[in-house]
Amino acid sequence: MPERSWTGYLREDGRKGIRNLILVLYTVECASFVAHAVAEGEDDVHVIGFPGCYDNAYAIRLMLALATHPNVGACLAIGLGCEYTQPSRLAEVAERSGRPSDWFFIQEHGGTRSGIAKGKEALQALRAKLDAKTVRVPMSWPDLIVGAECGGSDGTSGLAGNPVVGRFYDLLIDRGGSAVFEEIVEMIGLRDVLRSRAATPEVALQLDHAYEKAERYCKAVRQYSVSPGNFAGGLTTIEEKSMGAFAKSGSRPIQGVIEVSQQVPHPGLWLLDSVPDDHFMQFGYTNPNDTEGIMDLISVGAQIVMFVTGRGSVIGSPVAPLIKVTGNSRTFARMNGDMDFDAGRILSGERTLDEAAMDLMQLAGDVASGELSKPEALGHREYFVMYKHQDTPPLEAGCRA
Amino acid sequence: MKRCFQVNAEDNVATLLEDAGPESIAVLGLEPNATVEVLEPIKLGHKVCTRAVAHGDLIVKYGVPIGVATKEIPAGAWVHLHNCASRVDERSNHLDVVTGVAKDTAYA
Repeated sequence: MPERSWTGYLREDGRKGIRNLILVLYTVECASFVAHAVAEGEDDVHVIGFPGCYDNAYAIRLMLALATHPNVGACLAIGLGCEYTQPSRLAEVAERSGRPSDWFFIQEHGGTRSGIAKGKEALQALRAKLDAKTVRVPMSWPDLIVGAECGGSDGTSGLAGNPVVGRFYDLLIDRGGSAVFEEIVEMIGLRDVLRSRAATPEVALQLDHAYEKAERYCKAVRQYSVSPGNFAGGLTTIEEKSMGAFAKSGSRPIQGVIEVSQQVPHPGLWLLDSVPDDHFMQFGYTNPNDTEGIMDLISVGAQIVMFVTGRGSVIGSPVAPLIKVTGNSRTFARMNGDMDFDAGRILSGERTLDEAAMDLMQLAGDVASGELSKPEALGHREYFVMYKHQDTPPLEAGCRA
Repeated sequence: MKRCFQVNAEDNVATLLEDAGPESIAVLGLEPNATVEVLEPIKLGHKVCTRAVAHGDLIVKYGVPIGVATKEIPAGAWVHLHNCASRVDERSNHLDVVTGVAKDTAYA
């Protein structure tokens, strides 16, 4: 594929985005209605929020990572007024990164109607500031970070859907770009394979550490990530299922392990560890659903996320466009309005894996250039932020009684 | 001709792209015109052995071991829970071979 470039958006912190969005963030479930009403009918405004009233270091880091994401140009944080998480602090960090930002508490603005009016007014002011300072900039593959996730998998995902994303990852990395994959609980049984991909001996230790945590997690929940339906569908062992999922990592060396909201340190291939750390509440859940996993990938800076779904999923994402890849041509035909890419052509012999990876790279370039992906055009903006424990402060801190 | 798909040259299994057998089917993914003589009915998404495997040999897919043969497996045979075991997950070796349902869970 010839070098490709497109025009993106340069942020004051030096990051480059492929969209120029305003992000509305709410800091407790009680503020979600007003936040969504504020964003209603505004194409360039996306919403995310944390439902919990008690704060959580992981959730705050995640919201800050999204507020300062390369695709985001301005932020409006909305709180109810009695929760732990402070909208003023979120706005402060976003403003410091060069993104025009504002915040308010609904309780201080008279409730639902006046809160929505206040929010709409704030949005207008933010958009004017954003328009005034928007700098367009050429972008190319080295400026791109892509994430990948699979869900609603079938027998084709491990044969075509995940391998074509993996081969595209190889192409992207060879051109100086960055790629992130996750779902380490679906790498059980692949310890040696994983280690053999480490870029350095230090990375091998990081991979060991992450693998062991995933194994402890599986033992604690007494379940590997494999179900009766997987066996009935032809998967025989967890190793086989793991390898099908791992195929989306391609073949390049792994540069390191990053946790949720940690920014990709330098170009290349990275493993995102979204498994909760050991904690007094046991572990919690690693990825309770596909949307949560996609949020994790966006939190490390991915401007585009590939979602591989054999059976056909109908989700999208805020902040970064989701590209739907299916290895099942029947799913592609049946759910054509939702599916972006038919990797089933590899299985039918119409395209080789290399040709299909080139096609997928072309599509990624189109979406980076501003073309809407199918879920994006449909208006899908699902998000899911939950309590999770990664790098938590000491447990006894704050409670002396 | 019905089809199966082999991912890696080192693999000794291929995945069926439709229900087949007993009959000769095409093996896609590697050299052109390869076939395997399927010995028994095998369902879509399940695996057929493409090279005879001895008891204790590794079952290889994606170029990596996905389990170990618990008996001798001739080329063309169905490879699943009844003749292939995980090396890390003991529980899956005791599942119902057709439905995948756990047989070790008490319901009363």
